[in-house]
Amino acid sequence: MPSDLSSNHFELFALPTSFSVEQGLLSARYRELQQATHPDRFASAPDQERRLALQRAAQVNEAYQVLKDPLRRAIYLLSLRGLEWNDEQDTVVDTEFLMAQMERREALSEVRATTDPLDQVGRILDGVGTDIRVMTEQLASRLLETDAAALAQAKDLVRRMQFLYKLRHEAQELEAELEDER
Amino acid sequence: MAYSDKVLDHYENPRNVGSFDKNDVTVGTGMVGAPACGDVMKLQIKVNEQGVIEDARFKTYGCGSAIASSSLLTEWVKGKTLAEAGQIKNTQIAEELELPPVKIHCSVLAEDAIKAAIEDYSKNHAAGAGEEKKTA
Repeated sequence: MPSDLSSNHFELFALPTSFSVEQGLLSARYRELQQATHPDRFASAPDQERRLALQRAAQVNEAYQVLKDPLRRAIYLLSLRGLEWNDEQDTVVDTEFLMAQMERREALSEVRATTDPLDQVGRILDGVGTDIRVMTEQLASRLLETDAAALAQAKDLVRRMQFLYKLRHEAQELEAELEDER
Repeated sequence: MAYSDKVLDHYENPRNVGSFDKNDVTVGTGMVGAPACGDVMKLQIKVNEQGVIEDARFKTYGCGSAIASSSLLTEWVKGKTLAEAGQIKNTQIAEELELPPVKIHCSVLAEDAIKAAIEDYSKNHAAGAGEEKKTA
């Protein structure tokens, strides 16, 4: 199994460099790599070897975090294909999409004032979840191709999905809070 | 990370929060979003016949710096012509609010929002008034 520090995340996990990742295989490889790079195994090894093992362990963890998450995986894959991400300057200006996101944010901020807040936040989560599912499928299909148009469409989908992930995260936090209060 | 006093002031007492009717031909609406942090900003301007911005409103879901950037911008654009408002640079907003480097993108968002609002107004106004429509 390759564990060269210069290999990309997919290569490190001996997986094909593609968006579709078999979750079972990913988890199995993660456990193997974790064992192979565990610092305890290198406790009595020479300094340099120990440092290298630590670096590998960190790389394995980072790679796993990226590969298990569809959005991070897509961003990483697009970077490997030469796409540049400029988080500071990239803005989205699709009015209709943003308006819908703002309405959802408003609904989320008003959840506590409704008669059944948990039910309300559940509805919002359902809607966001459906959108994320649909867009992940579209993203998977765009990422099967590597021409410039497909890359641009994939990037646009990623940019939209980032809003939905953020919203889902906030809705989940609110849901957890509401459940704690019950 | 500590916010500057100016950011805190706008965050705690945001100016001009709210909405105008986006279908009103004297109103321009700019919607922008920053995917990296999920912030969404809506900036609206109300423009008189002389092309001067009479009033402005904003609604922002995001961090304190994003709210402060849009709040400050609504204060700045009032009384300005569309051309003048279009000249506002994100660096001026960042400087006024003493934004740290990691929050510069919030001021970029505000600059993009006012540009989008001006563009939207020009489009609506040309179409709504039905007069001397530009062919370009």
